Amino acid sequence: MTTTTPDIQLPEGKKQVNGLRRIWNTPSLLIGIIMFAVLILLALFIPYLSPYHPTEQNLSAFLQPPSSTHWLGTDQLGRDLFTRLIYAARTDLTIMVLAEIIPFCTGVLLGMLSGYYGKWTDRIIALITDTFIAFPFYLIVIIVAFASGAGERGIYITFILVGWIVFARVVRGLSASFREQEWVASAQTLGLPGSRIILRHLLPNVLPQAVVVLMTDMVGLLVAIVTLGYLGIGIAPPTPDWGTMISDGQPFITTAWWLSAVPGFAVVYTGIALSLLGDGLADIWRKK
Amino acid sequence: MSTEPVLEVESLTLAAKSKEILVNNISFSLARGESLGLVGESGSGKSLTLRAILGLLPRGVEQTGGAVRSKVSSAMVFQDPRGALDPLCPVVKQLAEVVYYRQQVSRRAARTIALELLERLGLPDSLRKKDRYPSQLSGGQCQRVVIALALACKPGILLCDEPTTALDVTVQRQIIDTITSLQHELGFAMVFVTHNLAIAANLCSRLYVMKQGQIVEHGETLSLLQHPADPYTQMLIDSVLPLPELELEGSRQ
Amino acid sequence: MDLALQVRDLTVRYGGFTALDHIQLDLEQHTTLGLVGESGSGKSTLARVIAGLIAPDEGQILLGSQELRKKRSREQHKKIQMIFQNPDASLNPKHSIRQILSEALLFHRIVDRSQVETRSKELLSRVQLEARSLDKYPHEFSGGQRQRIAIARALSVEPSLLIADEPTSALDVSVQRSVLELFHTLKAELNLTVLFISHDLGVIHAVSDTVAVMRQGKLVEINTKDQFFVRPEHEYSRELLSAVPKMPQ
Repeated sequence: MTTTTPDIQLPEGKKQVNGLRRIWNTPSLLIGIIMFAVLILLALFIPYLSPYHPTEQNLSAFLQPPSSTHWLGTDQLGRDLFTRLIYAARTDLTIMVLAEIIPFCTGVLLGMLSGYYGKWTDRIIALITDTFIAFPFYLIVIIVAFASGAGERGIYITFILVGWIVFARVVRGLSASFREQEWVASAQTLGLPGSRIILRHLLPNVLPQAVVVLMTDMVGLLVAIVTLGYLGIGIAPPTPDWGTMISDGQPFITTAWWLSAVPGFAVVYTGIALSLLGDGLADIWRKK
Repeated sequence: MSTEPVLEVESLTLAAKSKEILVNNISFSLARGESLGLVGESGSGKSLTLRAILGLLPRGVEQTGGAVRSKVSSAMVFQDPRGALDPLCPVVKQLAEVVYYRQQVSRRAARTIALELLERLGLPDSLRKKDRYPSQLSGGQCQRVVIALALACKPGILLCDEPTTALDVTVQRQIIDTITSLQHELGFAMVFVTHNLAIAANLCSRLYVMKQGQIVEHGETLSLLQHPADPYTQMLIDSVLPLPELELEGSRQ
Repeated sequence: MDLALQVRDLTVRYGGFTALDHIQLDLEQHTTLGLVGESGSGKSTLARVIAGLIAPDEGQILLGSQELRKKRSREQHKKIQMIFQNPDASLNPKHSIRQILSEALLFHRIVDRSQVETRSKELLSRVQLEARSLDKYPHEFSGGQRQRIAIARALSVEPSLLIADEPTSALDVSVQRSVLELFHTLKAELNLTVLFISHDLGVIHAVSDTVAVMRQGKLVEINTKDQFFVRPEHEYSRELLSAVPKMPQ
């Protein structure tokens, strides 16, 4: 091979801004990360932080207002509210994350298949999505919850059934537009098989947007988990859960309003944290 | 030049919000009916200069020095004709609207003037009977409508920002011919921005070569092309790839 | 002279619209065929059919003596490579230059895994880029540099036919010139057969041995470069040629 001397200089102007610095420059992401990290750390270390047990009743100390021993007071069964709140975060956040894993993967995969191959693949997948979209989400959850019995199983099943749709739709659109890009045509000209183009080429390009959608979708899912708990067809007591905590506190809303308000606030807090995370990530990836 | 210039640009400096200088201290003047070419590659600042003359700087760019003085109105023809037209409004209606507001005539008269303009620009006569949306016209026809829109303002100066770059070569030729003959007829002055030195040379009597926001060389078209002083001008000249002379058609007939 | 590529009666229809209308085209080995036409003439469609990106409705394509069918073998894919117009979209934004080049090299088993790095650097130097470009990403390069990388990738699998679809049209004139010079050097060094598509007759004149003109899906003229630019046979070719803006003498 002959080699000619490289005579083209690379532009020095465009510096690669490192990841940490980019996070620092995106306030929404930074706040989202901090808010979410506080929640996760509390949930992880609550057994060491609190002397109380979330289900242990103490009927001599029921409905106490916030104090130095019980930071957020106690509920009608004398259980420490703060401890229950954080244990509930454990329950709800775990379900939230677990319930999203399978729908996220199937949704992204089906979306890529549908967008990349188009034609009949796209039509079949579109048919399935449209069918599921025709039914309201809560209707399906309630039917499944009744069919499978109360508890988190209903949420998992429902979400495996319908949770993928939102990812499939976003990823399908992205993939269909990337498909027209010349780097996909180049990969095809090389003779790369479709599976490889999808996994090696499309996936890294659709993933950022899919993760942003995941963040917002998790907010919706969390609200669903809490709603089901509130309706009494979600997490079964005595396992702590924000939804059951809100409904349990309801009879005492005039005397001990914080029993319902505090778990409600926790839902809002988590929602804001996740939304900020999603927004911030979208910002960073757009800037690049 | 004996006549009073219609446009004077004096040490114009434009900068981005980040203080980066985009156009640096450029000056030129334009006489009545004269055509001036601003030639350069992307990033040379030629389009920004044009926008500064029109008074429509893009967001994030501001004039930090110098002045643009003009006694007459100017109108602009853009590179992408489809982008310059309202896709949801039929073209005769679009043009009549501009005529109505700029020439202060009745609605009916505006439509008549609009149709005359379009005819003069070589658009099909069928527009009289049936108005069309921009999407129903070809790229070349859209550009003619855009030129008509500019001329409807009765400008003293026509500003052209690469008006033929997005068009096919045969259409480009027709548009250039149209602009030339309209200029003879209506006598407007013109600033023509392009990266193609051959087009500029065909249309303009004086050329300004721009590079990275500065004028590197200027002069009468012919003398500039024959004796370029700056290597950048030479490079632009060389970039017009030569074609051999076509043999006359007569030999075949 | 051997024929590198033969296109026989190729037709492509999109619904009622005929994008390619019975195209007949021969491409001699080690020559460059310049394909000219205005927008919508079907020249890009023809390139994509030959590259195997679009399946034709009728007709056949022979590469050497082999017929290229709808489903091509890995070897047949390797033999025809393509460079596209838009330098912003021709490289996967999430892949480093190293990944881009090594994927092609490894997939077609051009070299062993151990030699990928050396070969990638050789390819970069062939297109006059520095070896340290290897770990950079497409957005760190200018349009002209990206086009060079696309050329390096296409050449990496040692194709027998290179299709270039308006490879310089989106570039600044100075950059366009250096990319054309690169084409010239590579063509001489590697003995390539090239199908070069452009709407710019100046570019076609600079690179081609033979010129073909397309209009509305039909091939209206094929001629040697010298004949075409001085004595074109078709009225439309003459119209195209006389429309090119020329420098005043």
